[in-house]
Amino acid sequence: MTAAPGYAYSGPRVGFIQKIVSKQPFWVLIAVVIIPMVMTLVEPTFHSAFFSGENFVNNTRNFAFIAIMALGQVAVMITGGIDLSVGSTLAISGIVLGLLMDAGHSFWLAAFAALLTGLAVGAVNGYLIAYWRLSPFVVTLGMLSIGRSLALAISNNKFFHKFGPDQGLLLQFGGGKTFGIANPVIVMVILALIMGFVFKYTRYGRHLYAIGGNEHAARLTGVPVDLLKVSVYVLSGLMTAIAAVLMVGWLGSVTNGIGIGYELRVIASTVIGGVNLLGGEGGAFAAVVGAALIEIIRNSLLLAGVDPYWQGTFVGVFIILAVLLERLRGRKVG
Amino acid sequence: MALLEMSNISMHYGAIEALSGVDFALERGRITGLMGDNGAGKSTLVKIIAGNFPPSAGKMFLEGREIAFSRPVDARQAGIEVVYQDLAICNNLTAAANVFLGREEMKGVWPVRILDNWRMSDRSKELFEELKSETRPDDVVRSMSGGQRQAVAIARTHLSQAKIVLMDEPTAAISVRQVAEVLDLMRRLRDQGMAIVLVSHRMPDVFSVSDQIVVLRRGHKVADKPISKSSPEEVTGLITGAIKIA
Repeated sequence: MTAAPGYAYSGPRVGFIQKIVSKQPFWVLIAVVIIPMVMTLVEPTFHSAFFSGENFVNNTRNFAFIAIMALGQVAVMITGGIDLSVGSTLAISGIVLGLLMDAGHSFWLAAFAALLTGLAVGAVNGYLIAYWRLSPFVVTLGMLSIGRSLALAISNNKFFHKFGPDQGLLLQFGGGKTFGIANPVIVMVILALIMGFVFKYTRYGRHLYAIGGNEHAARLTGVPVDLLKVSVYVLSGLMTAIAAVLMVGWLGSVTNGIGIGYELRVIASTVIGGVNLLGGEGGAFAAVVGAALIEIIRNSLLLAGVDPYWQGTFVGVFIILAVLLERLRGRKVG
Repeated sequence: MALLEMSNISMHYGAIEALSGVDFALERGRITGLMGDNGAGKSTLVKIIAGNFPPSAGKMFLEGREIAFSRPVDARQAGIEVVYQDLAICNNLTAAANVFLGREEMKGVWPVRILDNWRMSDRSKELFEELKSETRPDDVVRSMSGGQRQAVAIARTHLSQAKIVLMDEPTAAISVRQVAEVLDLMRRLRDQGMAIVLVSHRMPDVFSVSDQIVVLRRGHKVADKPISKSSPEEVTGLITGAIKIA
């Protein structure tokens, strides 16, 4: 199949190049490649620092956590929803993991419990949104507050840094490398491939796009809209919990303050990748490439010696540019 | 025997009587124009046929067998399709994806069952050709004209081999040239033996395609006759109440 990965099906017989070029993730990918080149021209010492093996591992790992969360967020956003609770979900899942391992339980049990926690948070979000017809923005905003507070209450504001008999396994899982690639990056690639496949080639994926395009129409044609809506919030919770397990393993510690403000980084990634906030558009590749661009911007500025206070400004400018780019493309098409 | 026979249908919403004692029948290969002022009971009648809700009183027979729908899915399974005024189409999907929405063709062996986009595209192309529409199956609906969108909605009813197609104001929001296109689509469906109900406010459209005309006023049926025996003037009089019954 010749099609941009993870995008709404738009016909197999359109020219390959033409189709790739019309997608936002392509242009973001170009930016990801060009920014380091430009920085090298501006600052010759940048090259050796940026392209060192160590920096590559750090960069890819740093955005992997956000990208994994963004993969779940994309599913939510394709249906026209939004999940603001991911930062707090990350914290509860991370705390559950830390708490259980600190008490001497195995990594597998603790990780399983952390994933269940993420699923449960997503299920509550999804249930309220799909069956009680509450606004996704408000429900997940409430959950953002509830989740953070629960993380505080469960942990009793404790700092976990001892993880019992399986400590080595946890630290290896999140902080280790396989074939020279950081483990979180490998997990991200696997999840991105799975989600890309699901979005593009399955009936489930097709129905998510249908809900985002016209929920009423989807309902009339017999698509189980409410059930699918619950499923995307559950998926977002699950992805966030996976990110939590990896992240705690990498950090080697967890507090209830983990992941504060991550919802904004996750949503920024999807928006930069070209996911439409109104629903019906987006894909797995968009989430990954959007997260990558934010990390490249941050890292490049840092290595170029720009005061870190300016990072937010640059990231913000790129978010707005991304929306502008989408508008320009939209005008050309429609 | 009529394809669909409805006898003595009444519908109350609390104290309001939306339909009272209406008899209604549909024949294969005929277009029935359903007219009436706002609130005359047209959409209530259509919604009962489409299975949105059962009537308060009265009986319905499809091909001689009594039917009772409680959900729109029941009606669809019985071969009754609705083309909604707002078309109920997803703008972000292709024409083919819309035609097959909720009935996607799959390929592969479980658990790797994937969408068979090529087959859906080919089948949609055939459907559009049968309808003599220039709609291209792989184009995204967002970029299509009103007439092409109608073709997508109609192709969907065609795919399911519907017996009855209910069309709610299909020509309300499109240009004059596209109206002609849609009316042609309706004639083609009729020629293939479908029974079509055209709900419309547009007198010229109704008179140009319909075989039978039914007029409702305040929940009562005030006319049910071959279109050749009626006239726009008579129908206008019936709708407004200037003519009591015909």
